[in-house]
Amino acid sequence: MRLTPELLLKARLRLLRMHYESKVGHIGGNLSCLDILMTVYHEALGSLDQFVLSKGHSAGALYVTLWSLGLLSDADLTSFHKDGTRLSGHPPPRSIPEIPFGTGSLGHGLGLAAGLALGKKLKGEGGRLFCLTSDGEWNEGSNWEALTFIRHHRLNITLIVDLNGLQGFGNTCDIADLRPLAAKFRAFRLETLEVVGHDVPSLAEALGHASQGPLAVVATTKKGHGVSFMEDLFEWHYLPLSSESYRQAVRQVTSLCATHSAVLS
Amino acid sequence: MRNAFCSTLVGFAAKPDFVFLTGDLGFQALEPLREEMGGRFINAGVAEQNMVSVAAGLGKSGLRPWVYSIAPFLYARAFEQIRNDVCLHGIPVVLVGNGGGYGYGVMGGTHHALEDYGVLLSLPSIRAYLPAFDSDVSEIIRHLMETEHPAYLRLGISEQPAWLTPPPFAAWRHLMHGTGPTVAIAGPLAGGILDALHESGISADVWLVSELPIQALPPAFVSNVQRSQYLMVIEEHVRAGSFGQMLAHQLLLAGTAPGRFIHRTALGYVSGRYGSQRFHRAECGLDPASIVNELTGVTVS
Repeated sequence: MRLTPELLLKARLRLLRMHYESKVGHIGGNLSCLDILMTVYHEALGSLDQFVLSKGHSAGALYVTLWSLGLLSDADLTSFHKDGTRLSGHPPPRSIPEIPFGTGSLGHGLGLAAGLALGKKLKGEGGRLFCLTSDGEWNEGSNWEALTFIRHHRLNITLIVDLNGLQGFGNTCDIADLRPLAAKFRAFRLETLEVVGHDVPSLAEALGHASQGPLAVVATTKKGHGVSFMEDLFEWHYLPLSSESYRQAVRQVTSLCATHSAVLS
Repeated sequence: MRNAFCSTLVGFAAKPDFVFLTGDLGFQALEPLREEMGGRFINAGVAEQNMVSVAAGLGKSGLRPWVYSIAPFLYARAFEQIRNDVCLHGIPVVLVGNGGGYGYGVMGGTHHALEDYGVLLSLPSIRAYLPAFDSDVSEIIRHLMETEHPAYLRLGISEQPAWLTPPPFAAWRHLMHGTGPTVAIAGPLAGGILDALHESGISADVWLVSELPIQALPPAFVSNVQRSQYLMVIEEHVRAGSFGQMLAHQLLLAGTAPGRFIHRTALGYVSGRYGSQRFHRAECGLDPASIVNELTGVTVS
């Protein structure tokens, strides 16, 4: 695997530092999907493939992933959330070539990915679209429109859901219970795989699954993954890190990496 | 205009980057286009939000997507997709809204487009096109096949007077030269009003506006307003975000506000009753008889 435990740790620490230095929240949802994004970019994306981040509030994880590939600089990350930055709190339209669409309002990414995939199909080009949504985002009706469309047109899209069970103001099951989401995708006649979103080898295998047409990968994750005092607490959707909580988080993800190294290598 | 629209687009059907999406509308109008375009004609279903996002993706791929629906189903239902996915990215998607103004008549308020270009022109990079005559449609389509910005095409029903040979499409056209009041009209209701003014013998100076926002005021128009000191603006759109507001703003900036400014607009549902487009226009004072009545006896300096 190209994605080593050391690289994952480096990305996780850089993500924490970026959010700490910029004093911004949304760290919980970024930690829940960092493994997914790193796996998409380091293990799954081919030269003809494209990725659309629909859960735009995880822009930090996307920026760090692009940084891990040398596509954004350290100075770019340092500017995150600051006046004059290219790296707004949600992915910007136009200013970063590797990010095809600015997103942030939920329920847009899958339709956009559908347009890119349909464009490839009409032009006879190869390549696959990867699109990451949150789970709370499936409250949006536009996602179900897009789901119907990608299945009907049998578009080459891998839809990944970051199933962390929490959304902006509570647990997803207490707000608009969508369980079981994987069964709903299957009812839409999508081939659907279920994986643990922090099990990188399994994720890589699911994302590389050969499929003609759309594929859904429902990835169970933990919001705030790797940081015990954040895990599964919805307030970390918003809270910034204090200096003490930052130091504690760094210690914990470093120790988590040491535990997982044996599995990954 | 729908037939002129379809027949012109059929001429572009072989253009390999042209993609047409409809929100499940076009019965007895778009069938020839569907036949000619094959897989590049996509019925996206009754799902306008997704249709606009898909169009943005197609445009980003280098294709030229056109999106068609009854006007409010497009600009109102999918407003955020138009705002975020299309306009914030400046992608050349053409949004085609059928039934401008009260075009869907007795079908009711859900189908009317009374605030369409006002709403859309608050967004970055988009331009609105308001053909007045069938012949405008083909010229606008040729133009929009090449443009690099998002566009809104508001289709209505041509009311071209038999005696009029419209000048080629332009943002501003000087349709009737006169020594009396200055009149500026946006959209196809210009045809009926022009005909009535022609009959009435009123020496109005009539301008037709077919592209918004206003980029520059024609010097001849400004001179005319300065001469008459009487400007009447007519459009089938509510006052907020209207052409009249844009024009008043431009005239004020240019320091040429006329002494009298009359603005006839859509007023919603005046009596609470429903009827044809003609009925609603008459309720708003947008019908040719009301306009002629307003202008009769107006003296200018």
